[in-house]
Amino acid sequence: MSGYFAAMSSAEVLAELAERDPNLVLLSQDFGTIGSFSARFPERHFDLGITEQNLVGVAAGMAHAGKLPFVLAMAPFVSMRGFEQIRDDCAYNRNNVKIIAPFAGLEAGPWGATHHAQEDIALIRTIPGITLLSPADPNESHRAVRAAATIDGPVYIRLGFLNPIDGYDVPFQVGEAVNMRQGTDVTIIATGGCVNTALMAHETLKGAGISAAVLNMHTLKPLDRAAVERAARATGRIVTVEEHSIVGGLGGAVAEVIAELGVGRLTRVGIRDVFCTEVEPYPELLRIHGLDAAGIDAAVRAAVGQS
Amino acid sequence: MSDPANIAALKARAATLRRHILAPASTYFAHLGGAMSCADIMAALHFHFLRFGDADHRPDHFLMSKGHAVTALHACLVELGHVDAAELPLSGQSGSRLAGHPTKRAPLVEFATGSLGHALSVGIGIAMAEQLDQSDARTVVLLGDGELQEGTVWEAALSAPRFGLEHLVAIVDYNRFQAGGSVDAVMPLEPLADKWRSFRWNVTEIDGHDMQAIVSVLDSLPAANGPTAIIAHTVKGKGVPGVEGTGRAHYTMLTDDEIKRSLAGLEGVE
Repeated sequence: MSGYFAAMSSAEVLAELAERDPNLVLLSQDFGTIGSFSARFPERHFDLGITEQNLVGVAAGMAHAGKLPFVLAMAPFVSMRGFEQIRDDCAYNRNNVKIIAPFAGLEAGPWGATHHAQEDIALIRTIPGITLLSPADPNESHRAVRAAATIDGPVYIRLGFLNPIDGYDVPFQVGEAVNMRQGTDVTIIATGGCVNTALMAHETLKGAGISAAVLNMHTLKPLDRAAVERAARATGRIVTVEEHSIVGGLGGAVAEVIAELGVGRLTRVGIRDVFCTEVEPYPELLRIHGLDAAGIDAAVRAAVGQS
Repeated sequence: MSDPANIAALKARAATLRRHILAPASTYFAHLGGAMSCADIMAALHFHFLRFGDADHRPDHFLMSKGHAVTALHACLVELGHVDAAELPLSGQSGSRLAGHPTKRAPLVEFATGSLGHALSVGIGIAMAEQLDQSDARTVVLLGDGELQEGTVWEAALSAPRFGLEHLVAIVDYNRFQAGGSVDAVMPLEPLADKWRSFRWNVTEIDGHDMQAIVSVLDSLPAANGPTAIIAHTVKGKGVPGVEGTGRAHYTMLTDDEIKRSLAGLEGVE
């Protein structure tokens, strides 16, 4: 499911929350009608057009005046254009703004690198006091939206392309990674849609006699340092997987933890500090940049010395 | 309310604010010019226009988008009884709660600013929230002229009339100087009133040191439909002989003699 549709289906969750909370408002960026929210709460849905910086500032003002604003805006634009407003107006001024950011990662495929959000994790996680969520499938995105509504402070929810993970339905605990698969040779720590891909790699690796644990790091800030430490101590080798630059994202965050621990060895799977300029549909772009199941499989084999 | 006695009292209050702004000026490199230029506007806002909330009204909102003029805001906080005048000379010094831009460490600062071009959008959000709640609370955003070079100001300017917001007021302290020199030389803004008009704001131009004019335009609010922009023509560093109206006024310390002469000039006002 496209992150856009995940966002639209999350709007149904918002509509349900809005039913109970008269202060919940939805501010969007030129997305037109947002699910059933717009029809059910026309007076609480505001389209700010193509003004990402203004959009986030307006949301901060609404939060300041007691509203609970959810912002719906494209990840590449709201995270970069809106960065200073997220930092200053939302976090520094301690305003309760929730940003739902679809099109995270490479989902925009052949539209060109302007539309790829490959640095939003790196940017957002530098902001003190913000919560950064990156759910792994559509249902988890709904749970993340519900969790965001209960957090006192700004939240950024990163939504890439998300396929449903069969049978995955565990409570969403902010800051607690989810053990998706047990394993003894290596731990794959993935976030967003890459969790599902890592689960596929888990199966092919199993066929090759490699036991790979899979951890869903759905909260990137605050990072579950304890889960990283457990993985480093249990399997030694860690492979991070993210639809994001290897600079400063999940891989960077995990690197910081294990470097300070002095335990574990890390391989980062992600966009290798390049712009993804190939004119290719999204799945092919993932394959080229090593983010499909085969790419993860190969990276894990290399990490455990079986390539 | 704009009877002669009220105008005289507000003029005296503005002189007091300028004295407060001068308090740290011999020890602290501050954005003196932009604080002195908005002192009359700040007096009219904080001691005539803004309501601080009562049984019938929610409190009005004030955002200092030109955050570098913070000493004018701190001066108001002294006059409102939230800050001790003795704190002013220690502004920006170790341990002070008065920083070089509005921060939440200072009491009653509604919004922390500093990076330019932020607070008009924030003000729009506040005004939209008040409008949703059918409140008549006003939101006043004080902007600098150099600040208008930030593109976000114009995203905000474009957005506000879209949502009505007759209780939103943007005041431009048009003191003609920015850090790099005169605004006209660095990046001219003219025709400024036409710009705001073409963005569908109600626009009034006034002499930002004419207390009667400031009070009259504030008393005329709200406009029938949509937000109001007040373009206040001011003098950078107003009240500092030899410095006012010059580029040096933007960010400077003053000599004891300059402070003495400034204070002497303010004496007649009371």
